[in-house]
Amino acid sequence: MTTTVLPRVTYLNVRTTVASWLLTKDHKRIGILYLLVVSFAFLLGGIFAAGVRIELTTPEGDFVSADTYNRLFTMHGVAMVFFVLIPAVPAILGNFAMPLMIGARDVAFPKINLLSWYVFVIGFLFTLAAMLFGGVDTGWTFYTPYSSQASNSNVLLTGIGVFIAGFSSILTGLNFMVTIHRMRAPGMTWFRLPLFVWALYATSLVQILGTPVIAITVLMLALERALGFGIFDPRLGGDPVLFQHLFWFYSHPAVYIMILPPMGVISEVLACFSRKSIFGYSFVAFSSLAIAVFGFLVWAHHLFVAGISPYSAMVFSFLSFAVAIPSAVKTFNWAATLYRGAIWWRAPMIWVFGFIGLFLVGGLTGLFLASLGLDVHLHDTYFVVAHFHYIMVGGAIMGYFAGLHYWWPKITGRMYSNGLGTLAAMLVFVGFNLTFFPQFILGYLGMPRRYHAYPEEFQVLNVLSSAGASLLGIGYTLIACYLLYSLWKGEEAGANPWGATGLEWKTQSPPLPENFAQTPIVREGAYEYAKRETKVA
Amino acid sequence: MPDALAAHAEPHGHAHHPALQHHFQTMAQQQEAATLGMWVFLVTEVMFFGGLLMAYLLYRVWYPEAWSEGSLELDIRMGGFNTVVLIGSSLTMALAVRSAQTGAPRATVRWLLLTIALGLTFLVVKFFEYKEKYDLHHIPGPNFVFEGPQKDHLQIFFSLYFGLTGLHALHMVIGVSLLSVITWMAHRRRFSPEWYTPVEMSGLYWHFVDIVWIFLFPLLYLVDRAHQLS
Amino acid sequence: MVSGIPLFPEQASTLAPEVDNLYFFVTAVTAFFALLVVVVVLVFAVKYRDRTGEKVGAPIHGSLPLELGWSIIPFFISMAIFAWATLVFFHIVRAPDQTLEVYSTGKRWMWRFQHIDGQAEINELHVPLGRPIRVIFTSEDVLHSLYMPAFRVKADAIPGRYSSIWFTPTQVGEFHLFCAEYCGTRHSGMIGRVVVMEPNEYQAWLSGGGSGMSMAARGEQLFQQLGCVGCHLPDGSGRGPSLLGKYGIQETLATGATVTIDDTYVRESILTPQMKLVAGYGPVMPTFQGLVNEQGVMSLIEYVKSLPRTGGPPAAAQASAAGAPAAAPAQGPR
Repeated sequence: MTTTVLPRVTYLNVRTTVASWLLTKDHKRIGILYLLVVSFAFLLGGIFAAGVRIELTTPEGDFVSADTYNRLFTMHGVAMVFFVLIPAVPAILGNFAMPLMIGARDVAFPKINLLSWYVFVIGFLFTLAAMLFGGVDTGWTFYTPYSSQASNSNVLLTGIGVFIAGFSSILTGLNFMVTIHRMRAPGMTWFRLPLFVWALYATSLVQILGTPVIAITVLMLALERALGFGIFDPRLGGDPVLFQHLFWFYSHPAVYIMILPPMGVISEVLACFSRKSIFGYSFVAFSSLAIAVFGFLVWAHHLFVAGISPYSAMVFSFLSFAVAIPSAVKTFNWAATLYRGAIWWRAPMIWVFGFIGLFLVGGLTGLFLASLGLDVHLHDTYFVVAHFHYIMVGGAIMGYFAGLHYWWPKITGRMYSNGLGTLAAMLVFVGFNLTFFPQFILGYLGMPRRYHAYPEEFQVLNVLSSAGASLLGIGYTLIACYLLYSLWKGEEAGANPWGATGLEWKTQSPPLPENFAQTPIVREGAYEYAKRETKVA
Repeated sequence: MPDALAAHAEPHGHAHHPALQHHFQTMAQQQEAATLGMWVFLVTEVMFFGGLLMAYLLYRVWYPEAWSEGSLELDIRMGGFNTVVLIGSSLTMALAVRSAQTGAPRATVRWLLLTIALGLTFLVVKFFEYKEKYDLHHIPGPNFVFEGPQKDHLQIFFSLYFGLTGLHALHMVIGVSLLSVITWMAHRRRFSPEWYTPVEMSGLYWHFVDIVWIFLFPLLYLVDRAHQLS
Repeated sequence: MVSGIPLFPEQASTLAPEVDNLYFFVTAVTAFFALLVVVVVLVFAVKYRDRTGEKVGAPIHGSLPLELGWSIIPFFISMAIFAWATLVFFHIVRAPDQTLEVYSTGKRWMWRFQHIDGQAEINELHVPLGRPIRVIFTSEDVLHSLYMPAFRVKADAIPGRYSSIWFTPTQVGEFHLFCAEYCGTRHSGMIGRVVVMEPNEYQAWLSGGGSGMSMAARGEQLFQQLGCVGCHLPDGSGRGPSLLGKYGIQETLATGATVTIDDTYVRESILTPQMKLVAGYGPVMPTFQGLVNEQGVMSLIEYVKSLPRTGGPPAAAQASAAGAPAAAPAQGPR
């Protein structure tokens, strides 16, 4: 281990020109292209969040103007939701690992895969242009009629950006679905698939069925704003709440685009580092599909106080409780997987422990909001903000980092510092709780969200929250530092540094351009750790 | 070097078709992937129109009078003519796919050209329909003009009319462009009975766009017309 | 000013303890499950730790009874929460019969409250202790949401529609009033206070100041100024239906559908009169869009509400109703 000798030909060094990257059809390189753009969007969204948290340290609203504040939280939401959370796990980790995991040479449509990335970048550039020209102030939800009539900001440009980026998501979902159906290696039956692949399959279902609806909704909004169409205009008898129905018909399932793939990552990492099969494989696999399907039936729980009839609110509340069950099942199965395992505390596993803790809180507080009697009080308060950050940052982003730490040796062929990886996971866990737990209390106290200034009795909790956010920022910066450092100075990882079972670990690190020298033949389930002696390569 | 080639060719075991892409094992796998992909794509297209149709449905229930008045404003002769044109183009498209399947490139080109011509006919008629609406100031927006108490709701009707037919026309434009490329490929004898997937896939797309119109025509032009005449 | 960290909001309405009890229950249940899983994970993680990475775990693949158990038990617990929460919700959305009504409009960035006795106030709402209050409101521009955390009530204000909240204050004092739906630049400035007063003080407050004219009276004035009275004759002989005692009843429309005459229907009938014609009447009424503002519409609604179910018009309106045909020539907008 004194010298770092990497395999001779890898997907990274087979060609090294810029053009070879920009015109690549290799799913692994496309995953890295996504990693670059998404990391930039994450940085951008983080800077906006910092602005928001600094403003909220004092009740008066004295750091930035109200208008600037509104633009900051809107751009934070737009950048994070559409350009980080939705693509992070599927488009980065999914693109890199999924074809390897099913023993394929590539996704079914490599050219479309590259096209998805370009579409994503174009969408991002539109949104970036909107931000550079002064930003947008509607909230990431673009509610009409504010967005169509009242706002003076770059709603149109942002809307076009989101619309275009949506097609990237659709095409990725389409590609993955066909890949999982048609590109599996011989012997890779459905019930031998790793759970991450199941999760990506469920995700692609949501992307295919949900994303076109937001696309058309944003298009209607754009027509209304630019040309004066009247579909959501209350002055013509149009219904502004229809926008909310259509918006959430996508955007609630979109939460599952964000959380299902990280859940799949958790199953992979958990099985590997406890050297065990996932407890109740088929329960976990089918719960992904159940969540994807039920996810389409709960959108109106965002509208409990928006004037829908109490009886339909009742139905949607019931369905929202129902969708909580498969998520709960997954959590119990993960906990049970640890029982009598041989648990190896490496950095990716620490991220998984963090994920379980935070996702648990996020999921359980969802029950408060699904409860009609409580939601009237909690809707549009900081309780909601805390809840969805626990799911999206505590869940999705922790899961993303668990996956990134897990597959990093495979992606780059190099190891990062395990100690720093563990430290970063703990910093993020503590910082996250300090940031967002006080917001549950603020929410029940009645502090509405999207407030630039607030009554001063809420200050102490807000200061705590901002303090936690700075810790979070340090944690994320630390990750960037040691991962980048590993590119130069990291130890050679070897084909299978974790002793994992998946097909992706059977090829060299970094993999060959065509993934496998020979098409692998699968003869056993995904997590047969017990059947063989585990050796760390 | 010969070793590397042998290792590379090993999974196939036989000389493969020039159209077989590197990452597929067999032609059948490639064909199945393309077909599934196209169907999945059409599902997303259904959802895409679905959002607008949802809005249509809501306002149709809320404002039935405006809807019947609006449907009377549309030119049923042009709409009906276009319906016939599109159904005809579906037939010629199906014949083009059939010709490609049986290995008749000249017939494939001929049927494809006819399909393109019918598609363009549709778009030209649509243009004159839009022009008429423009002259009558029926384009929704600040300059929208309509006499009568239902004016506001008719603006919503026309918003949806232009939304739905505009989106459909956009699909037609994409379809015609797609077919032009396919025609060129057919002209260059790129297809064979073993491999004509692009023709078949464009056919699926074309039929889908046709079916969308089959829904739009009654929903927009015929809705409540009978009720109004009685 | 700030002494310690506040953890819990004031309970200032009869609904607040109901909501809070549910909140405590859900908190207890979820905290139990959260702790259970965290403890299980930590215990396993420590107990089965392997520092070498060389060992393998036990060959356990699952247990159907266990998995069914932890699917079904949470399901029943969540159904219990669902049932309880839905009961509380119906208390929140169903106002009792006898409420003191207050009308309100939200617009960027203020709340205007209009008491039926005539007083109007901005970003402040005075209400008496112990009486059920119902606030009926709409928005004049974009979406807003009227939120009073101490009473645990909230509803969105939607342009073109009426929403309402109700509460019975149980504590004298001043409480926050927020806009909870993002509405643009000064969203966080669209706040105010609810002042709960002893009933006698409230009476004193009511009689001091204000226009002195009740909403019903103002509505009646508008009813004449706008010429409504020329067609809506009280005996039903006019070109439009008589409005006497129509509020709250079911009416058959020209299309055959039935509709309950409520705030929303009256509003629609004023602004888009030809949309839902009552059976037997022609489409002759012009729209009053632009001629009457939201407050005017609310006054007209209050006037229609004040008309008696049967018999003659109320004492307040009798004199004017009798002289109505004379007082209102056909000057109304056509």
